[in-house]
Amino acid sequence: MKALWLSIRRSPVALTAFIVLLGLVGVALLAPVLAPMDPGAIDIRARLSPPGEGGHILGTDNVGRDVLSRIIHGARISLFVGVATVLIGGIFGSVLGIVAGYFRGWVETVIMRLVDIQLAFPSILLAVAIMALVGPSMMNVVVVLSIATWAPFCRVARGQTLSVCNQEYITAAVSLGLSDTRILWRHVLPNIINPLIVVASFALATNIINEASLSFLGVGVPPSTPTWGGMLGEGRNYLRIAWWVATLPGIALMLSVYSVNMLGDWLRDHYDPRLTDS
Amino acid sequence: MLRYVAKRLLMAVFILWAVATIAFALTFLSGDPATLMIGDHWTAEQIAAFREAMGYDRPLLVQYGDYLAGLPRGDFGVSVRQQVPVMDLILERFPATLELTAAALFLIVFVSIPIGVLSAVKRNTLADRVAMSGALFAQSVPTFWLGIMLILVFGVWLRWLPVSGQGTILHLLLPAITLATFSTARIARLVRSSMLDVLGQDYIRTARAKGLPNWRIHYVHALRNALIPVITILGIEVGSLLGGALITETVFAWPGIGRLTLQAIQARDLPLVQGVITFGALVFVLVNLLVDLSYSLIDPRIRSEEGGKR
Repeated sequence: MKALWLSIRRSPVALTAFIVLLGLVGVALLAPVLAPMDPGAIDIRARLSPPGEGGHILGTDNVGRDVLSRIIHGARISLFVGVATVLIGGIFGSVLGIVAGYFRGWVETVIMRLVDIQLAFPSILLAVAIMALVGPSMMNVVVVLSIATWAPFCRVARGQTLSVCNQEYITAAVSLGLSDTRILWRHVLPNIINPLIVVASFALATNIINEASLSFLGVGVPPSTPTWGGMLGEGRNYLRIAWWVATLPGIALMLSVYSVNMLGDWLRDHYDPRLTDS
Repeated sequence: MLRYVAKRLLMAVFILWAVATIAFALTFLSGDPATLMIGDHWTAEQIAAFREAMGYDRPLLVQYGDYLAGLPRGDFGVSVRQQVPVMDLILERFPATLELTAAALFLIVFVSIPIGVLSAVKRNTLADRVAMSGALFAQSVPTFWLGIMLILVFGVWLRWLPVSGQGTILHLLLPAITLATFSTARIARLVRSSMLDVLGQDYIRTARAKGLPNWRIHYVHALRNALIPVITILGIEVGSLLGGALITETVFAWPGIGRLTLQAIQARDLPLVQGVITFGALVFVLVNLLVDLSYSLIDPRIRSEEGGKR
């Protein structure tokens, strides 16, 4: 961990991305303190005020809510959904992948066919369909996007496990009579974790965008909660008279995703320059 | 070869069956489909009548069997809202999506390949760095926001281009760019790394030793080999284009399958939802089947690899 931090410090790109992300986490955690106004406070008389007017630094939306405060609170949803889905989907997928790669046989066949099915389908389409049926809620978004996340983890974990299990130290561990659990936990997992972290960083970027897409389409987090995607979806209708409502949350979204992608890209080069884009 | 084709065909049918089954299961995910579709302000008798008319009162297995039996005939049932066969609605909207996706695919191929090749050939120069950070940036722009920004700049401020609907090539321009951007960036990065792989191979060294001009080495020897993995990914990319079409078509009011899907979902028209999901998977599986088979023809190594395992 310390070695990783030292390398991050030496790369300007990674350091910038890291600082932006740290800032984002800080904003999300301190949102109630940092936001200048109540993100839900409606003020019809001040609706669609341009940035700077009436004390609204980034203007107001169609019912007069402060855009800056809503962007700050929106960071919480984006980060929470992103991190939660990557943790749930990532752990689930990785465990299945390791099991498939270690035990082989029919277990592997079944799991990998499931991966094929999952990947045979645009996950956002399935997510939208499920969300429309189960109804908008934060919990549903997390569940649906976690389901959409597991397959790439599974595929990478299996591939890595297969190659690790060909190594002599695993043969040695098996012949020493160590239990499967111990071998997987102590000998396989530490040797395959780096590629999985790289997958996780790209999955985080994807899921932040996917949450915003769902909320944009009106089937994600309920509109009462400020989200970047939801703000964009509402602001889109006022594009001709109030550009800022749809533009500014998008910039926050893009900057966050760009930082995550930069860090992921750097991590991949750092761990293994030969790993290719997939 | 025949064995490989048979194996791929079987796999395609299996995936289609699985997706169709998931689409069928979706209907019952939220409990009673009849109540879900016509809402709760109807009387119990009306809902019961509707349930009977739609056949939801039959045993689940019978419904499932009926549903599966209809698929090979292209029978996805009847849309609840529009009282038209689902297949007719899909076929009516499909050309628009095909037009949009084809335009996007055209942009992807003719923008990403030159950028990727140039980046690889000029590795670690300023041009390479600019192109690759540009690509990473483009991958970070959410599709729907990009669409909105293009509308704002070219439609609202500059008034150069129409921002909604379908018709002329000008109508096509903004949606196609919106849909293509993410994939273009991803493919450009892939072309670059694939080119770099190939440029390190022995036969490239041989070509250089023969004294062939650089452009011949790059564009004749290297690019042809570098494109093999790119073609596979392009096939897979069709899947993200179908997903992207859902959002792009919504932003630009493009009358295609994507918009039909969202309308079906919002109207809770379950047979239509099932139909578009299965149809989307069908298109995706067919495209990838064709890609796999065609490139096993181009590259004999893939066939022998498959055969070698047994």
